[in-house]
Amino acid sequence: MNRPILDVKNLHIRYGGASTDAVRGVSFTLGRERLGIVGESGSGKSTVGRALLRLLPSARISADTMRFEDIDLLSLTEKQMLAVRGRRMSMILQDPKFSLNPIRKVGDQVAETYLRHFKCSRQEARDKAIAMLGAVKINDPDRVFEQYPHEISGGMGQRVMIAMMLLADPDVVIADEPTSALDVTVRLQVLNILDNLVRDRGIGLIMISHDLNLVRNFCDRVLIMYAGRVVETLAARDLDKAQHPYTRGLLAAQPRIGGARAPLAVLDRRPEWLEEVSR
Amino acid sequence: MTVSVETRNLSISFGHGPNALKVLPDVSFSVAPGECFGLVGESGSGKSTVLRCISMLTDFWKGDVLINGRSVRDIPLIERCRILQMVFQDPYGSLHPRQSVRTVLSEPLRIHKLDDREDRMHKALSDVGLPLSFLDRFPHQLSGGQRQRVAIARALILEPSLLLLDEPTSALDVSVQAEVLNLLQRLRDEHGFTYIMVTHDLAVVDHMCDRFAVMLRGEITEILPREAISGAQATHPYSRELIGASLEYEGHV
Ligand SMILES: Nc1ncnc2c1ncn2[C@@H]1O[C@H](COP(=O)(O)OP(=O)(O)OP(=O)(O)O)[C@@H](O)[C@H]1O
Ligand SMILES: Nc1ncnc2c1ncn2[C@@H]1O[C@H](COP(=O)(O)OP(=O)(O)OP(=O)(O)O)[C@@H](O)[C@H]1O
Ligand SMILES: [Mg+2]
Ligand SMILES: [Mg+2]
Repeated sequence: MNRPILDVKNLHIRYGGASTDAVRGVSFTLGRERLGIVGESGSGKSTVGRALLRLLPSARISADTMRFEDIDLLSLTEKQMLAVRGRRMSMILQDPKFSLNPIRKVGDQVAETYLRHFKCSRQEARDKAIAMLGAVKINDPDRVFEQYPHEISGGMGQRVMIAMMLLADPDVVIADEPTSALDVTVRLQVLNILDNLVRDRGIGLIMISHDLNLVRNFCDRVLIMYAGRVVETLAARDLDKAQHPYTRGLLAAQPRIGGARAPLAVLDRRPEWLEEVSR
Repeated sequence: MTVSVETRNLSISFGHGPNALKVLPDVSFSVAPGECFGLVGESGSGKSTVLRCISMLTDFWKGDVLINGRSVRDIPLIERCRILQMVFQDPYGSLHPRQSVRTVLSEPLRIHKLDDREDRMHKALSDVGLPLSFLDRFPHQLSGGQRQRVAIARALILEPSLLLLDEPTSALDVSVQAEVLNLLQRLRDEHGFTYIMVTHDLAVVDHMCDRFAVMLRGEITEILPREAISGAQATHPYSRELIGASLEYEGHV
């Protein structure tokens, strides 16, 4: 593989007021590939994503390296960061409705993403926005353009976020649970769009997801996070061969179609998992 | 107490005049006491809207919703909160940004004049796998899945007989999902709670539900027993497609 697009070494993040680090020495690289991040709720997945975009004003971030192409993300001023954030590196946030402005029409917010990054008329931006809402399989995009965030469904909100990201045409996409509110049929269509970005445009994609089937079928590699650390890195197709007891526990806890209705296996979280590092 | 739910000819439109959109034209289904009933289907088909109507969060619908034979419109708010609670699809939106977890959990106990508040709060938190130290946190200090678990704890703390669950576990990792689903199952066994559960995960439906309805553009295409998933027994083309895609997604094909 060529030089990675993203290179992160020994990343530590501590929230203001917290007594311990939320992220403790995370290292990974991202090439022109689909990298999954799976992990415990609260293990620091979203925190890592937000730190890359420097969206954590109250947190202390340190790392040996945090590089995006030729840019040292740690030393960038906020002004320089504005040229990167959203345009070259874009994040699809976990709570779409929280990320949208509740008192502005959905469509205006989508069109504005395009206006912000590209020179064009308002009408052009509007046309682009409506076309993109259609591309992410929203039925009746003209109508949804005129709606307010509280008037759209959960899955429509997720697709609005994806449409905004697509319009900015970035080189790296960090997608935080981007398809969890979509029915499987639409989910596969949206994943296909993301897939094409990696194949045709050569972007790097980070997929944060709790959906083990998605990660197994859709990603190239997967990082497993537990309590602020990466405890295991695997080729996605080898997910079922995971060694770490946390990962094995996850696989066992998954309900399956046609499975027994006995209580699902639960994890016996071991204190020693907290101190282990990636193998 | 264990309750039945009957929804008859539920319909609702949003907007006025030429812009009005009929989101639910005519939805009917009934749920037996102690049953877990699934609602699945297309994104945007009206699943959350059905739950919002049953819970009276949205009240300008037409038709009937009967809980143990009594119209939900005739149940006073304070009593309604003890009978039914909802877990929202979007936990950020449903938790007040300036309320600590302690406030979120203790308010309902105070309003309903329940004693042993501290014990109840501790139990509710540990049921959803959160440490007691989280009582003093605010929503923005929680991860997505932690917020969802606070929302579930809030719904459970009044021990309602009917839970309306909108994607309760889609923000949780599968190990926490397993704990929450086991908890819901146990409450159903012990107290006969009734659930209506929206989910996109047919494996969760198969694990939890007795029957489920498949929705497409505001209509229920068909109501199926859970066995129809593994047996691929749906008859409506959309249900067949959805079940087929889910089996494939899970790697059964
Ligand atoms: N503003 C904050 N102040 C203090 N602690 C925080 C803050 N935001 C998040 N945390 C804590 O940091 C840890 C990591 O949170 P993060 O949101 O990265 O988890 P996550 O892996 O994305 O989990 P989930 O899968 O539940 O979304 C959690 O324990 C969370 O409670
Ligand atoms: N307050 C409202 N005003 C206008 N339209 C609304 C309102 N609430 C919901 N709708 C519309 O009703 C339809 C159904 O929305 P609903 O949220 O019930 O879908 P859903 O089945 O829960 O979808 P998802 O799986 O994506 O969450 C959507 O087209 C939505 O835009
Ligand atoms: Mg998260
Ligand atoms: Mg919904």
